[in-house]
Amino acid sequence: MTTAHSDLSWVRRNRMTLTPLLFLLPGVLFFMVYVIIPIGQSFNISLYEWDGLGEATYVGLENYRELTGDRAFEISLWNNVKWLALYLLAIPAGLLIALFLNQTITGIRLYKSLFFFPFVLSQVVVGLVFSWFYLPNVGLFDIITGWFGIDVRGGILGNPNTATYGIIAAGLWPQTAYCMILYLTGLNAVDPEQIEAGRLDGAKGWRMLWHVILPQLKPATFIAFVVTIIGALRSFDLISIMTNGGPFGSTRVLSFYMFEKALSEYGFRMGYGSAIAVVLFLIMLVFIGYFLWSMYQDEKAARR
Amino acid sequence: MFPTPIEKRSRGAQITYQALVPFALIMWLLPLLAVALFSMRPLADFTNGNYWGVPSSFEFFTNYGKVFFESDMPRYMLNSVLITVPTVIGAVALSCMTGFALGIYRFRGNLLIFFMFIAGNFVPFQILMVPVRDLTVSAGLYDTKLGLVLFHIAFQTGFCTLFMRNFIRALPYELIEAARVEGVAEWRIFWYVVLPLMKPAIAALSVLIFTFIWNDYFWAIVLTQGPDAQPVTAGITSFNSQFVAQYHLMSAGSIVAALPPVAMFFLMQRHFIAGLTLGAVK
Repeated sequence: MTTAHSDLSWVRRNRMTLTPLLFLLPGVLFFMVYVIIPIGQSFNISLYEWDGLGEATYVGLENYRELTGDRAFEISLWNNVKWLALYLLAIPAGLLIALFLNQTITGIRLYKSLFFFPFVLSQVVVGLVFSWFYLPNVGLFDIITGWFGIDVRGGILGNPNTATYGIIAAGLWPQTAYCMILYLTGLNAVDPEQIEAGRLDGAKGWRMLWHVILPQLKPATFIAFVVTIIGALRSFDLISIMTNGGPFGSTRVLSFYMFEKALSEYGFRMGYGSAIAVVLFLIMLVFIGYFLWSMYQDEKAARR
Repeated sequence: MFPTPIEKRSRGAQITYQALVPFALIMWLLPLLAVALFSMRPLADFTNGNYWGVPSSFEFFTNYGKVFFESDMPRYMLNSVLITVPTVIGAVALSCMTGFALGIYRFRGNLLIFFMFIAGNFVPFQILMVPVRDLTVSAGLYDTKLGLVLFHIAFQTGFCTLFMRNFIRALPYELIEAARVEGVAEWRIFWYVVLPLMKPAIAALSVLIFTFIWNDYFWAIVLTQGPDAQPVTAGITSFNSQFVAQYHLMSAGSIVAALPPVAMFFLMQRHFIAGLTLGAVK
């Protein structure tokens, strides 16, 4: 009886530690098993030659050494750079559309949601829609460029020189919509008094945008940056649907090449695939580190 | 370059603007309008090369009827529902708890755990692919909806925790302190004080996660195969190989596959945007 009583009081005394612990337990457990531990496992697997079923052979850094001489890896890495650089265009494009739509006319709410609409579509559907849009000879894109006398040999997606850009353009469509909605919400919160003050000071055009509006949109810009960079490095669905890495492997990116090596008919090289994934992860880690650092700065400022 | 409110501009500028917006919208949605047009054409139009002219007949019902009654599409759709809905419930439930723990209590490692969730949420899927697939296979859950649901719940908990924790942080802390002074047990504070205040966050997250999971393609092809468990994003590729080059059916199929999240968005717009723009406005 006495022990039961002291047990209860122990629970009571430590409830401020126990409660958060119990509340965190299921979520942390799940996240550990499916996300955190697999990251470590991937690092480990990348040191082995393994077909996913049989015995794994330890090969040390051999997979990484092989990567350095792999032409397909080089192309993928280079394409990732293109994705990153061009995907960022979604941010100014989104801002531009947001500024354009930031008015009050009848039906503007509906217009805004229709502009946003591509973001809700799955990348699979976006990929299909754009691959039909790009069809050689009969696709709308080919017809319109044809009016201006431009003819891409084999169609945008059939030509190794243009295919990656065609896919990135398809990806920019929903991503721009996303950035637009971020900025539209941000613009709602812009302080009208500051704009008025800016006008009185004679700020116009770009100066107004740069000195008065953009500083107030900083939180929106930060989120737009985060989601766009993550989106660029995660690009997989569009490539898989639109070109499946072709023509001649010219549209592969690291995420797609990894999948190809580890799981598709090109062989089940789990170790080699994991090595590619590790490289992608390390690239991402630079950005994740930066994001966490700036969130940490905010946290410190907001400490109560 | 903050545009002057249009109502303060000249009449001419107003009319130009009102004409410009619908035009811009049509250009913006052009690829989609093309697909919508494709999905109403008869097959004969494509074989005759009439891709863009007036449809020779209006085959909306025939085409969509075929998608619903002569393909595996309904099965894939059902799979998607059975994957998406449990994931939404699971991830939101778990993150209400983690968000509560991280948002209300101060303890060592709080920020560390929080940042672990955020960082994990950003990692590329490929770094998880081989181990997660392996785990799913050895648990006997490969090519089952449950296998996919469990992974999705775990992964989405990262983003949901970020969301919930920040939301709870913004609640008035005095409420909780007052409840503690009254001697209310901690779990009761969660259930009766905090949870009712979290309704808007729960709504926003549910809509958002619904869309994310419905639109997932990568994990669908990594963890499932065939019409028993595959969701519609993965199913659409087999659908397309069944009706290869029959653009009218492929377009109708994609539109059907895209519809549920689109409907969700238009019905729950306010929540959806509140969820997406979390933190975009301080």
